[in-house]
Amino acid sequence: MIQVEHLTKRYGERTAVRDLTFHANKGEIVGFLGPNGAGKTTTMRVLTGYMPPSEGKVVVAGYDTLTESLEVRRRVGYLPENVPLYPEMTVVQYLDFMAELRQIPDRENRVDEVMETVNIAERAESFISNLSKGLRQRVGLGQALLHKPEVLILDEPMDGLDPQQQLEVKQLLREIGKDHTIMLSTHILAHAQELCERVIILNAGQIVAEDAPERLSLQIAGGGRIHLIVDGDGTGLHETLQALPGITHVNSIVDGRFELETAPGKDVRPEIARAVVTGGWNLLELQREKLSLEEIFIQLTAELAPDEAAANGGKAEGGAA
Amino acid sequence: MKNVWTVAKREFNMYFASPIAYVSAFLVLLPLGIYFYGNLAVSSQFGGTPQPTQTVGLFVVLMLFFIPVLTMRLLAEEQRTGTIELLLTAPVREWELVAGKWLAAFGFVALLIFFTGTYPLILNNYTTPSIDVGAALVAYAGLLIMGAAMLSVGVFFSTLFANQIAAYFATMAVLLALWLMQTPLQNATGPVANFLSYLIFPDHYYNNFINGVVDLGDLVYFLSVIVLFLFLAARSVESRRWR
Repeated sequence: MIQVEHLTKRYGERTAVRDLTFHANKGEIVGFLGPNGAGKTTTMRVLTGYMPPSEGKVVVAGYDTLTESLEVRRRVGYLPENVPLYPEMTVVQYLDFMAELRQIPDRENRVDEVMETVNIAERAESFISNLSKGLRQRVGLGQALLHKPEVLILDEPMDGLDPQQQLEVKQLLREIGKDHTIMLSTHILAHAQELCERVIILNAGQIVAEDAPERLSLQIAGGGRIHLIVDGDGTGLHETLQALPGITHVNSIVDGRFELETAPGKDVRPEIARAVVTGGWNLLELQREKLSLEEIFIQLTAELAPDEAAANGGKAEGGAA
Repeated sequence: MKNVWTVAKREFNMYFASPIAYVSAFLVLLPLGIYFYGNLAVSSQFGGTPQPTQTVGLFVVLMLFFIPVLTMRLLAEEQRTGTIELLLTAPVREWELVAGKWLAAFGFVALLIFFTGTYPLILNNYTTPSIDVGAALVAYAGLLIMGAAMLSVGVFFSTLFANQIAAYFATMAVLLALWLMQTPLQNATGPVANFLSYLIFPDHYYNNFINGVVDLGDLVYFLSVIVLFLFLAARSVESRRWR
Protein backbone atom coordinates (compact mmCIF):
# COMPACT_ATOMS: atom_id res chain seq x y z
CA MET A 1 0.00 0.00 0.00
CA ILE A 2 2.81 2.33 0.93
CA GLN A 3 6.20 1.85 -0.63
CA VAL A 4 8.97 4.30 0.14
CA GLU A 5 12.39 3.94 -1.38
CA HIS A 6 15.38 6.07 -0.49
CA LEU A 7 13.28 9.09 0.38
CA THR A 8 15.22 12.23 1.08
CA LYS A 9 13.61 15.58 1.72
CA ARG A 10 15.55 18.78 1.97
CA TYR A 11 14.34 22.25 2.87
CA GLY A 12 16.94 24.44 1.31
CA GLU A 13 20.17 23.55 3.06
CA ARG A 14 18.56 21.51 5.78
CA THR A 15 17.94 17.81 5.29
CA ALA A 16 14.76 16.88 7.13
CA VAL A 17 14.74 13.18 6.29
CA ARG A 18 17.52 11.17 4.75
CA ASP A 19 17.32 7.98 2.72
CA LEU A 20 14.21 6.44 4.24
CA THR A 21 13.11 3.07 2.94
CA PHE A 22 10.06 1.37 4.39
CA HIS A 23 6.69 -0.02 3.45
CA ALA A 24 3.26 -0.65 4.87
CA ASN A 25 1.02 -3.47 3.81
CA LYS A 26 -2.72 -3.44 3.35
CA GLY A 27 -4.59 -3.54 6.62
CA GLU A 28 -1.49 -2.81 8.64
CA ILE A 29 -1.12 -0.17 11.33
CA VAL A 30 2.35 1.23 11.22
CA GLY A 31 3.63 3.69 13.78
CA PHE A 32 6.15 6.42 13.26
CA LEU A 33 7.99 7.13 16.42
CA GLY A 34 10.53 9.74 17.17
CA PRO A 35 11.35 12.81 19.16
CA ASN A 36 10.02 16.13 17.96
CA GLY A 37 11.85 17.28 14.88
CA ALA A 38 12.82 13.77 13.82
CA GLY A 39 11.13 14.16 10.42
CA LYS A 40 7.81 12.43 11.07
CA THR A 41 5.63 15.25 9.80
CA THR A 42 7.84 15.81 6.78
CA THR A 43 7.64 12.15 5.83
CA MET A 44 3.88 12.17 6.19
CA ARG A 45 3.55 15.28 4.08
CA VAL A 46 5.49 13.56 1.34
CA LEU A 47 3.29 10.48 1.63
CA THR A 48 0.13 12.56 1.18
CA GLY A 49 1.51 14.29 -1.88
CA TYR A 50 1.51 17.67 -0.13
CA MET A 51 5.24 17.93 -0.74
CA PRO A 52 7.35 16.21 -3.35
CA PRO A 53 10.37 14.21 -2.26
CA SER A 54 13.77 15.74 -3.01
CA GLU A 55 15.06 12.30 -3.87
CA GLY A 56 13.66 8.82 -3.94
CA LYS A 57 10.41 7.22 -4.90
CA VAL A 58 7.17 7.15 -2.95
CA VAL A 59 4.30 4.96 -4.10
CA VAL A 60 1.03 5.16 -2.19
CA ALA A 61 -2.00 3.03 -3.08
CA GLY A 62 -0.29 2.10 -6.31
CA TYR A 63 0.44 5.64 -7.52
CA ASP A 64 3.59 7.70 -7.50
CA THR A 65 3.13 10.74 -5.27
CA LEU A 66 5.20 12.89 -7.55
CA THR A 67 3.76 12.11 -10.96
CA GLU A 68 0.26 10.95 -10.01
CA SER A 69 -0.35 13.14 -7.02
CA LEU A 70 -4.06 13.61 -7.70
CA GLU A 71 -4.66 9.86 -7.80
CA VAL A 72 -2.79 9.47 -4.54
CA ARG A 73 -4.80 12.26 -2.94
CA ARG A 74 -8.06 10.59 -3.98
CA ARG A 75 -7.05 7.49 -2.06
CA VAL A 76 -5.46 8.94 1.03
CA GLY A 77 -7.11 10.34 4.12
CA TYR A 78 -4.95 12.74 6.07
CA LEU A 79 -5.11 14.20 9.52
CA PRO A 80 -2.42 16.88 9.79
CA GLU A 81 -0.75 17.78 13.04
CA ASN A 82 -2.77 20.27 15.11
CA VAL A 83 -5.88 19.58 12.97
CA PRO A 84 -6.31 22.78 10.98
CA LEU A 85 -10.04 23.42 10.50
CA TYR A 86 -12.20 26.43 9.64
CA PRO A 87 -13.38 27.80 13.00
CA GLU A 88 -16.21 29.81 11.45
CA MET A 89 -17.95 26.76 9.98
CA THR A 90 -20.19 24.28 11.73
CA VAL A 91 -19.17 20.63 11.89
CA VAL A 92 -21.68 19.55 9.32
CA GLN A 93 -20.89 22.48 7.01
CA TYR A 94 -17.22 21.65 7.14
CA LEU A 95 -17.63 17.94 6.51
CA ASP A 96 -20.05 18.66 3.71
CA PHE A 97 -17.54 21.04 2.13
CA MET A 98 -14.74 18.47 2.27
CA ALA A 99 -17.08 15.82 0.92
CA GLU A 100 -17.97 18.09 -1.99
CA LEU A 101 -14.30 18.72 -2.72
CA ARG A 102 -13.76 15.00 -2.77
CA GLN A 103 -16.81 14.65 -4.99
CA ILE A 104 -18.44 12.02 -2.87
CA PRO A 105 -21.74 10.71 -4.20
CA ASP A 106 -24.72 10.89 -1.86
CA ARG A 107 -22.89 13.41 0.26
CA GLU A 108 -25.50 14.01 2.91
CA ASN A 109 -25.75 10.39 3.96
CA ARG A 110 -22.02 9.88 3.93
CA VAL A 111 -21.47 12.92 6.14
CA ASP A 112 -24.08 11.60 8.60
CA GLU A 113 -22.43 8.20 8.54
CA VAL A 114 -18.99 9.62 9.26
CA MET A 115 -20.32 11.79 12.08
CA GLU A 116 -21.72 8.62 13.65
CA THR A 117 -18.41 6.81 13.19
CA VAL A 118 -16.37 9.46 14.95
CA ASN A 119 -19.13 10.15 17.43
CA ILE A 120 -19.69 13.84 16.76
CA ALA A 121 -23.26 13.72 15.47
CA GLU A 122 -24.75 15.50 18.49
CA ARG A 123 -22.48 18.47 17.87
CA ALA A 124 -23.17 18.62 14.13
CA GLU A 125 -24.52 22.17 14.27
CA SER A 126 -21.83 23.55 16.59
CA PHE A 127 -19.28 25.95 15.25
CA ILE A 128 -15.85 24.39 15.10
CA SER A 129 -14.47 27.33 17.09
CA ASN A 130 -16.59 26.19 20.04
CA LEU A 131 -15.36 22.60 20.05
CA SER A 132 -12.85 21.21 22.50
CA LYS A 133 -9.53 19.88 21.28
CA GLY A 134 -10.80 16.30 21.46
CA LEU A 135 -13.90 17.04 19.44
CA ARG A 136 -11.89 18.91 16.85
CA GLN A 137 -9.63 15.91 16.56
CA ARG A 138 -12.71 13.84 15.81
CA VAL A 139 -13.87 16.23 13.13
CA GLY A 140 -10.42 16.02 11.57
CA LEU A 141 -10.54 12.28 11.69
CA GLY A 142 -14.02 12.30 10.19
CA GLN A 143 -12.78 14.47 7.37
CA ALA A 144 -10.02 11.94 6.70
CA LEU A 145 -12.51 9.08 6.54
CA LEU A 146 -15.10 10.70 4.26
CA HIS A 147 -13.97 9.12 1.03
CA LYS A 148 -13.26 5.69 2.52
CA PRO A 149 -9.56 6.02 1.76
CA GLU A 150 -7.36 3.01 1.24
CA VAL A 151 -4.62 4.66 3.23
CA LEU A 152 -4.97 6.78 6.33
CA ILE A 153 -2.15 9.03 7.39
CA LEU A 154 -2.52 10.48 10.86
CA ASP A 155 -0.05 12.93 12.30
CA GLU A 156 -0.19 12.81 16.09
CA PRO A 157 -3.79 11.64 16.29
CA MET A 158 -3.70 11.37 20.10
CA ASP A 159 -2.10 14.70 20.75
CA GLY A 160 -3.94 16.80 23.30
CA LEU A 161 -6.64 14.26 24.09
CA ASP A 162 -7.54 13.23 27.61
CA PRO A 163 -7.13 9.55 28.52
CA GLN A 164 -10.77 8.74 27.92
CA GLN A 165 -10.66 10.29 24.46
CA GLN A 166 -7.40 8.55 23.70
CA LEU A 167 -9.04 5.26 24.52
CA GLU A 168 -11.91 6.08 22.19
CA VAL A 169 -9.64 7.09 19.36
CA LYS A 170 -7.57 3.95 19.81
CA GLN A 171 -10.66 1.81 19.62
CA LEU A 172 -11.77 3.69 16.56
CA LEU A 173 -8.41 3.28 14.88
CA ARG A 174 -8.33 -0.44 15.62
CA GLU A 175 -11.76 -0.70 14.07
CA ILE A 176 -10.76 1.28 11.00
CA GLY A 177 -7.41 -0.48 10.80
CA LYS A 178 -9.06 -3.77 9.96
CA ASP A 179 -9.56 -2.77 6.36
CA HIS A 180 -7.45 0.35 5.97
CA THR A 181 -3.75 0.84 5.98
CA ILE A 182 -2.94 3.28 8.74
CA MET A 183 0.25 5.15 9.23
CA LEU A 184 0.34 7.20 12.39
CA SER A 185 2.97 9.22 14.11
CA THR A 186 3.37 9.77 17.78
CA HIS A 187 6.01 10.60 20.29
CA ILE A 188 4.14 8.76 22.99
CA LEU A 189 5.49 5.26 22.98
CA ALA A 190 2.68 3.55 24.81
CA HIS A 191 0.30 4.44 22.00
CA ALA A 192 2.51 2.93 19.37
CA GLN A 193 3.03 -0.14 21.50
CA GLU A 194 -0.69 -0.65 21.89
CA LEU A 195 -1.87 0.16 18.41
CA CYS A 196 0.78 -0.67 15.90
CA GLU A 197 1.76 -3.94 14.37
CA ARG A 198 4.98 -2.38 13.31
CA VAL A 199 6.95 0.56 14.57
CA ILE A 200 9.46 2.67 12.71
CA ILE A 201 11.68 4.69 14.97
CA LEU A 202 12.95 7.86 13.43
CA ASN A 203 15.69 10.02 14.77
CA ALA A 204 17.30 13.06 13.20
CA GLY A 205 15.73 12.20 9.85
CA GLN A 206 16.84 8.60 9.69
CA ILE A 207 15.32 5.24 10.51
CA VAL A 208 17.10 3.84 13.54
CA ALA A 209 14.89 0.81 14.09
CA GLU A 210 11.94 -0.93 12.52
CA ASP A 211 10.05 -3.94 13.79
CA ALA A 212 7.07 -5.18 15.73
CA PRO A 213 7.03 -3.46 19.11
CA GLU A 214 7.61 -6.70 21.05
CA ARG A 215 10.45 -7.81 18.80
CA LEU A 216 12.12 -4.44 18.96
CA SER A 217 12.73 -4.95 22.63
CA LEU A 218 14.44 -8.25 21.91
CA GLN A 219 16.47 -7.34 18.88
CA ILE A 220 17.54 -3.81 19.28
CA ALA A 221 18.03 -3.49 22.95
CA GLY A 222 19.89 -6.75 23.33
CA GLY A 223 17.04 -8.82 24.63
CA GLY A 224 17.07 -6.76 27.71
CA ARG A 225 18.15 -7.96 31.09
CA ILE A 226 17.88 -11.45 32.46
CA HIS A 227 17.31 -12.21 36.11
CA LEU A 228 18.67 -15.46 37.39
CA ILE A 229 18.20 -17.01 40.80
CA VAL A 230 19.86 -20.25 41.86
CA ASP A 231 19.65 -22.20 45.08
CA GLY A 232 22.48 -21.49 47.47
CA ASP A 233 25.14 -18.87 47.11
CA GLY A 234 26.09 -19.75 43.54
CA THR A 235 29.80 -19.74 44.08
CA GLY A 236 31.69 -19.90 40.81
CA LEU A 237 28.60 -19.30 38.71
CA HIS A 238 29.65 -15.74 38.00
CA GLU A 239 32.64 -16.87 35.98
CA THR A 240 30.67 -19.59 34.20
CA LEU A 241 28.05 -17.12 33.10
CA GLN A 242 30.59 -14.60 31.97
CA ALA A 243 32.11 -17.24 29.69
CA LEU A 244 28.83 -17.81 27.86
CA PRO A 245 28.57 -16.31 24.39
CA GLY A 246 25.99 -13.56 24.05
CA ILE A 247 26.33 -12.28 27.57
CA THR A 248 27.94 -8.91 27.87
CA HIS A 249 27.81 -8.28 31.55
CA VAL A 250 27.12 -10.19 34.77
CA ASN A 251 26.05 -8.59 38.01
CA SER A 252 26.02 -10.52 41.22
CA ILE A 253 23.38 -8.86 43.32
CA VAL A 254 23.29 -10.99 46.43
CA ASP A 255 24.12 -14.65 46.96
CA GLY A 256 22.49 -16.67 44.21
CA ARG A 257 20.99 -13.71 42.44
CA PHE A 258 22.38 -12.46 39.19
CA GLU A 259 21.51 -9.85 36.66
CA LEU A 260 22.73 -10.50 33.15
CA GLU A 261 23.00 -8.09 30.24
CA THR A 262 22.75 -9.81 26.89
CA ALA A 263 23.92 -8.93 23.41
CA PRO A 264 21.36 -7.98 20.73
CA GLY A 265 19.53 -10.37 18.50
CA LYS A 266 19.51 -13.63 20.37
CA ASP A 267 17.63 -15.22 23.21
CA VAL A 268 20.33 -16.82 25.37
CA ARG A 269 18.05 -18.21 28.06
CA PRO A 270 18.39 -21.86 26.92
CA GLU A 271 22.19 -21.63 27.09
CA ILE A 272 22.05 -20.09 30.52
CA ALA A 273 19.71 -22.77 31.82
CA ARG A 274 21.92 -25.52 30.43
CA ALA A 275 25.08 -24.01 31.88
CA VAL A 276 23.50 -23.63 35.29
CA VAL A 277 22.17 -27.18 35.39
CA THR A 278 25.24 -28.91 33.94
CA GLY A 279 27.38 -26.94 36.40
CA GLY A 280 25.47 -28.54 39.24
CA TRP A 281 23.56 -25.49 40.49
CA ASN A 282 19.83 -25.63 41.11
CA LEU A 283 17.94 -23.23 38.90
CA LEU A 284 15.16 -21.46 40.74
CA GLU A 285 14.23 -18.63 38.46
CA LEU A 286 15.18 -17.41 35.03
CA GLN A 287 13.34 -14.36 33.78
CA ARG A 288 13.84 -11.97 30.96
CA GLU A 289 13.04 -8.38 31.71
CA LYS A 290 11.54 -6.87 28.63
CA LEU A 291 12.73 -3.40 27.87
CA SER A 292 9.79 -1.15 27.27
CA LEU A 293 9.62 0.76 24.05
CA GLU A 294 10.35 3.77 26.16
CA GLU A 295 13.75 2.45 27.15
CA ILE A 296 14.58 1.35 23.64
CA PHE A 297 13.64 4.71 22.40
CA ILE A 298 15.87 6.50 24.83
CA GLN A 299 18.71 4.08 24.09
CA LEU A 300 18.39 4.52 20.37
CA THR A 301 18.11 8.24 20.39
CA ALA A 302 20.83 8.59 22.99
CA GLU A 303 23.32 6.64 20.88
CA LEU A 304 23.50 9.60 18.60
CA ALA A 305 23.77 11.91 21.52
CA PRO A 306 27.05 13.82 20.92
CA ASP A 307 26.38 15.18 17.46
CA GLU A 308 22.66 14.98 17.84
CA ALA A 309 22.67 17.64 20.48
CA ALA A 310 24.28 19.89 17.93
CA ALA A 311 21.78 18.82 15.29
CA ASN A 312 18.86 19.63 17.54
CA GLY A 313 20.32 22.97 18.38
CA GLY A 314 20.82 23.71 14.71
CA LYS A 315 17.32 22.55 13.86
CA ALA A 316 15.70 25.35 15.76
CA GLU A 317 17.36 27.88 13.50
CA GLY A 318 16.80 25.72 10.46
CA GLY A 319 20.51 24.97 10.17
CA ALA A 320 21.96 21.82 8.66
CA ALA A 321 21.27 18.71 10.67
CA MET B 1 -13.53 22.44 -12.59
CA LYS B 2 -16.28 21.54 -10.16
CA ASN B 3 -13.84 22.27 -7.36
CA VAL B 4 -13.66 25.91 -8.41
CA TRP B 5 -17.35 26.20 -7.70
CA THR B 6 -17.09 24.31 -4.40
CA VAL B 7 -14.28 26.54 -3.17
CA ALA B 8 -16.04 29.69 -4.40
CA LYS B 9 -19.32 28.81 -2.72
CA ARG B 10 -17.67 28.25 0.66
CA GLU B 11 -15.59 31.39 0.40
CA PHE B 12 -18.55 33.53 -0.64
CA ASN B 13 -20.52 32.31 2.36
CA MET B 14 -17.54 33.03 4.60
CA TYR B 15 -17.75 36.72 3.73
CA PHE B 16 -21.12 36.76 5.42
CA ALA B 17 -19.99 34.61 8.34
CA SER B 18 -17.47 37.29 9.23
CA PRO B 19 -17.91 41.06 9.49
CA ILE B 20 -15.98 41.55 6.25
CA ALA B 21 -19.06 41.53 4.02
CA TYR B 22 -20.94 44.04 6.13
CA VAL B 23 -18.02 46.32 6.85
CA SER B 24 -16.96 46.58 3.24
CA ALA B 25 -20.53 47.02 2.04
CA PHE B 26 -20.89 49.78 4.59
CA LEU B 27 -17.61 51.35 3.50
CA VAL B 28 -18.84 51.43 -0.10
CA LEU B 29 -22.55 52.01 0.04
CA LEU B 30 -22.65 54.76 2.64
CA PRO B 31 -20.35 57.28 0.86
CA LEU B 32 -21.93 56.40 -2.47
CA GLY B 33 -25.41 57.02 -1.13
CA ILE B 34 -24.44 60.36 0.39
CA TYR B 35 -22.66 61.39 -2.78
CA PHE B 36 -25.56 60.35 -4.99
CA TYR B 37 -28.09 62.12 -2.85
CA GLY B 38 -25.96 65.23 -2.74
CA ASN B 39 -25.64 65.36 -6.49
CA LEU B 40 -29.32 64.81 -6.97
CA ALA B 41 -30.15 67.57 -4.52
CA VAL B 42 -27.76 70.02 -6.14
CA SER B 43 -29.12 69.27 -9.59
CA SER B 44 -32.70 69.70 -8.51
CA GLN B 45 -31.86 73.04 -6.93
CA PHE B 46 -29.78 74.53 -9.68
CA GLY B 47 -31.12 72.67 -12.64
CA GLY B 48 -29.06 70.49 -14.93
CA THR B 49 -29.07 66.73 -15.28
CA PRO B 50 -26.74 64.57 -13.23
CA GLN B 51 -24.92 61.90 -15.19
CA PRO B 52 -26.05 58.33 -14.52
CA THR B 53 -22.40 57.42 -14.11
CA GLN B 54 -21.68 60.10 -11.51
CA THR B 55 -21.36 57.61 -8.66
CA VAL B 56 -19.17 55.29 -10.70
CA GLY B 57 -16.09 57.49 -10.36
CA LEU B 58 -16.31 57.41 -6.58
CA PHE B 59 -16.86 53.66 -6.69
CA VAL B 60 -13.62 53.20 -8.60
CA VAL B 61 -11.71 55.18 -5.98
CA LEU B 62 -13.32 53.19 -3.18
CA MET B 63 -12.34 49.96 -4.93
CA LEU B 64 -8.68 50.81 -4.36
CA PHE B 65 -9.34 50.42 -0.65
CA PHE B 66 -11.95 47.72 -0.31
CA ILE B 67 -10.76 45.28 -3.00
CA PRO B 68 -7.70 44.44 -0.85
CA VAL B 69 -10.04 43.94 2.12
CA LEU B 70 -11.90 41.29 0.17
CA THR B 71 -8.81 39.47 -1.03
CA MET B 72 -6.38 39.79 1.86
CA ARG B 73 -7.59 36.81 3.83
CA LEU B 74 -8.33 34.46 0.93
CA LEU B 75 -5.08 32.50 0.94
CA ALA B 76 -3.14 34.26 3.68
CA GLU B 77 -5.48 32.92 6.32
CA GLU B 78 -5.35 29.38 4.93
CA GLN B 79 -1.59 29.52 5.12
CA ARG B 80 -1.53 31.00 8.60
CA THR B 81 -3.88 28.42 10.10
CA GLY B 82 -2.60 25.54 7.99
CA THR B 83 -5.99 24.69 6.52
CA ILE B 84 -4.38 24.87 3.10
CA GLU B 85 -2.73 21.56 3.91
CA LEU B 86 -6.10 19.85 3.98
CA LEU B 87 -7.23 21.54 0.77
CA LEU B 88 -4.13 20.55 -1.12
CA THR B 89 -4.12 16.99 0.12
CA ALA B 90 -7.65 16.69 -1.23
CA PRO B 91 -7.81 16.19 -4.99
CA VAL B 92 -7.82 19.91 -5.70
CA ARG B 93 -5.44 21.55 -8.14
CA GLU B 94 -3.70 24.79 -7.24
CA TRP B 95 -5.38 26.75 -10.03
CA GLU B 96 -8.79 25.48 -8.99
CA LEU B 97 -8.21 26.73 -5.47
CA VAL B 98 -7.00 30.13 -6.65
CA ALA B 99 -9.75 30.52 -9.23
CA GLY B 100 -12.39 29.52 -6.69
CA LYS B 101 -11.18 32.11 -4.21
CA TRP B 102 -11.11 34.79 -6.87
CA LEU B 103 -14.58 33.87 -8.08
CA ALA B 104 -15.98 34.20 -4.57
CA ALA B 105 -14.53 37.70 -4.21
CA PHE B 106 -15.81 38.57 -7.66
CA GLY B 107 -19.27 37.39 -6.66
CA PHE B 108 -19.23 39.74 -3.72
CA VAL B 109 -18.04 42.71 -5.77
CA ALA B 110 -20.69 41.94 -8.37
CA LEU B 111 -23.27 42.01 -5.61
CA LEU B 112 -22.07 45.44 -4.46
CA ILE B 113 -22.08 46.76 -8.01
CA PHE B 114 -25.56 45.37 -8.43
CA PHE B 115 -26.71 47.38 -5.41
CA THR B 116 -25.16 50.58 -6.73
CA GLY B 117 -27.08 49.93 -9.94
CA THR B 118 -30.11 51.27 -8.14
CA TYR B 119 -28.74 54.80 -8.49
CA PRO B 120 -29.23 55.10 -12.26
CA LEU B 121 -32.64 53.48 -11.85
CA ILE B 122 -33.67 56.09 -9.29
CA LEU B 123 -32.22 58.82 -11.47
CA ASN B 124 -34.28 57.53 -14.35
CA ASN B 125 -37.41 58.45 -12.45
CA TYR B 126 -36.41 62.07 -12.09
CA THR B 127 -35.10 62.89 -15.52
CA THR B 128 -36.76 63.55 -18.85
CA PRO B 129 -35.76 62.32 -21.31
CA SER B 130 -34.79 59.11 -19.54
CA ILE B 131 -31.13 58.26 -19.06
CA ASP B 132 -29.04 56.44 -21.63
CA VAL B 133 -29.54 52.92 -20.29
CA GLY B 134 -27.09 51.35 -22.72
CA ALA B 135 -24.28 53.68 -21.72
CA ALA B 136 -24.98 53.13 -18.04
CA LEU B 137 -24.90 49.37 -18.52
CA VAL B 138 -21.54 49.56 -20.29
CA ALA B 139 -20.12 51.71 -17.51
CA TYR B 140 -21.26 49.17 -14.92
CA ALA B 141 -20.00 46.22 -16.93
CA GLY B 142 -16.67 48.02 -17.12
CA LEU B 143 -16.69 48.32 -13.34
CA LEU B 144 -17.20 44.58 -13.09
CA ILE B 145 -14.28 43.69 -15.28
CA MET B 146 -11.98 46.27 -13.71
CA GLY B 147 -12.96 44.99 -10.27
CA ALA B 148 -12.21 41.45 -11.41
CA ALA B 149 -8.75 42.51 -12.53
CA MET B 150 -8.03 44.29 -9.24
CA LEU B 151 -9.20 41.21 -7.34
CA SER B 152 -6.78 38.99 -9.21
CA VAL B 153 -3.92 41.22 -8.06
CA GLY B 154 -5.21 40.87 -4.51
CA VAL B 155 -5.49 37.09 -4.76
CA PHE B 156 -1.91 36.92 -5.92
CA PHE B 157 -0.60 38.92 -2.99
CA SER B 158 -2.68 36.89 -0.60
CA THR B 159 -0.75 33.80 -1.72
CA LEU B 160 2.55 35.47 -0.88
CA PHE B 161 1.82 36.17 2.76
CA ALA B 162 0.52 34.33 5.77
CA ASN B 163 -0.34 37.72 7.20
CA GLN B 164 -3.52 39.44 6.07
CA ILE B 165 -2.33 42.96 6.79
CA ALA B 166 0.76 42.42 4.66
CA ALA B 167 -1.43 41.10 1.85
CA TYR B 168 -3.70 44.13 2.19
CA PHE B 169 -0.99 46.73 1.93
CA ALA B 170 0.93 44.99 -0.84
CA THR B 171 -2.24 44.83 -2.93
CA MET B 172 -3.17 48.42 -2.25
CA ALA B 173 0.35 49.59 -2.99
CA VAL B 174 0.38 47.94 -6.41
CA LEU B 175 -3.09 49.16 -7.28
CA LEU B 176 -2.21 52.71 -6.22
CA ALA B 177 1.06 52.57 -8.16
CA LEU B 178 -0.74 51.48 -11.31
CA TRP B 179 -3.04 54.41 -10.77
CA LEU B 180 -0.61 57.15 -9.75
CA MET B 181 2.07 56.53 -12.34
CA GLN B 182 -0.27 58.42 -14.63
CA THR B 183 1.22 61.70 -13.44
CA PRO B 184 4.95 61.08 -13.96
CA LEU B 185 4.26 59.44 -17.30
CA GLN B 186 2.21 62.31 -18.70
CA ASN B 187 5.07 63.97 -20.54
CA ALA B 188 7.38 61.00 -20.89
CA THR B 189 8.11 59.51 -24.29
CA GLY B 190 9.90 56.45 -25.61
CA PRO B 191 9.06 52.73 -25.70
CA VAL B 192 9.38 52.15 -21.93
CA ALA B 193 7.14 55.06 -21.13
CA ASN B 194 4.67 53.88 -23.75
CA PHE B 195 4.59 50.43 -22.24
CA LEU B 196 4.18 51.75 -18.71
CA SER B 197 1.43 54.08 -19.90
CA TYR B 198 -0.39 51.06 -21.26
CA LEU B 199 -0.35 49.56 -17.76
CA ILE B 200 -2.11 52.51 -16.11
CA PHE B 201 -5.39 50.91 -15.32
CA PRO B 202 -7.73 53.87 -14.82
CA ASP B 203 -7.01 54.88 -18.42
CA HIS B 204 -8.54 51.64 -19.58
CA TYR B 205 -11.69 52.55 -17.78
CA TYR B 206 -12.02 56.30 -17.97
CA ASN B 207 -11.21 56.64 -21.66
CA ASN B 208 -14.04 54.46 -22.91
CA PHE B 209 -16.11 52.36 -20.57
CA ILE B 210 -17.40 55.25 -18.51
CA ASN B 211 -18.64 56.95 -21.66
CA GLY B 212 -20.52 53.84 -22.71
CA VAL B 213 -17.92 52.72 -25.22
CA VAL B 214 -16.54 49.19 -25.28
CA ASP B 215 -13.00 49.09 -26.58
CA LEU B 216 -11.46 45.74 -27.41
CA GLY B 217 -8.04 46.95 -26.23
CA ASP B 218 -9.39 47.68 -22.76
CA LEU B 219 -11.07 44.30 -22.57
CA VAL B 220 -7.83 42.60 -23.58
CA TYR B 221 -5.96 44.60 -20.98
CA PHE B 222 -8.21 43.63 -18.09
CA LEU B 223 -8.51 40.01 -19.16
CA SER B 224 -4.73 39.79 -19.43
CA VAL B 225 -4.33 41.17 -15.93
CA ILE B 226 -6.80 38.59 -14.60
CA VAL B 227 -5.16 35.66 -16.36
CA LEU B 228 -1.64 36.78 -15.51
CA PHE B 229 -2.22 37.32 -11.80
CA LEU B 230 -4.31 34.19 -11.33
CA PHE B 231 -1.59 32.24 -13.10
CA LEU B 232 1.06 33.78 -10.84
CA ALA B 233 -1.10 33.08 -7.80
CA ALA B 234 -1.44 29.40 -8.75
CA ARG B 235 2.33 29.17 -9.31
CA SER B 236 2.91 30.84 -5.98
CA VAL B 237 0.68 28.33 -4.17
CA GLU B 238 2.46 25.55 -5.98
CA SER B 239 5.88 26.90 -5.07
CA ARG B 240 5.21 26.04 -1.42
CA ARG B 241 5.92 22.48 -2.53
CA TRP B 242 9.45 23.37 -3.55
CA ARG B 243 10.38 25.64 -0.72
